[in-house]
Amino acid sequence: MLTRRDTMAMGLGVAAVAMVPGAAIASAVDDAIAAFTGGASVTDGGVTIDAPEIAENGNTVPIAVDAPGATEILLLAAGNPTPGVAKFGFGEGAASSRAATRIRLGGTQDVVAIAKMADGSYARGAVEVKVTIGGCGG
Amino acid sequence: MSDVRPRIRLPRSANAGDVIEVKTLISHNMETGLRRDGSGNAIPRQIINRFTCEYAGKLVVDVTMEPAISANPYMEFDVQVDESADFVFTWYDDDGSVYSETQSFEVS
Repeated sequence: MLTRRDTMAMGLGVAAVAMVPGAAIASAVDDAIAAFTGGASVTDGGVTIDAPEIAENGNTVPIAVDAPGATEILLLAAGNPTPGVAKFGFGEGAASSRAATRIRLGGTQDVVAIAKMADGSYARGAVEVKVTIGGCGG
Repeated sequence: MSDVRPRIRLPRSANAGDVIEVKTLISHNMETGLRRDGSGNAIPRQIINRFTCEYAGKLVVDVTMEPAISANPYMEFDVQVDESADFVFTWYDDDGSVYSETQSFEVS
């Protein structure tokens, strides 16, 4: 016989299973950030991500990142099969720490940018992009 | 990839010391390695994994690209042009090919 307590336990089990993929993706993003920063602390702000609020086609979403004073910017898509998108390194010939490109997004998700500043500190910016049709070939 | 063709857009003119916007695009499938063909076999990954631009011998940008960069990768960035000099653009393919394009730019 199924008691109320059993039902509760089963519910918890289902919830735990359902949460695993999300946790795995979050840790892939954290791992990518840690690999870039070497574990240094990251402050919020100082990085601007210019992206459409709603992207109709996930195959080509225009994205611009700008982090004044940054020497490198790591761009991540938190909800893609693998989070890495690009790493921009700015040399002495660059007039700004700004770059624009077009990226693939598998679905609605956060786009995250981590900037390495000239003084060795790290800054973070993030923006949510809603995607109508995903772009990972599925 | 046989039909890889780089395209560069620079302003028509600029004064010495101006900051100009450089736009580049190269025709390339950027095959992610996640797709499957009609019979269910994985299509192997083949992307351009790195792009660099130099101006007057100085590095402007060095970009590491992952499969999440769209087909026909587009890159846009800013350069301060202090003198007339050459732009050198280089793309590195997963298969070892290197595509290079040089354009001279005159400042007034």
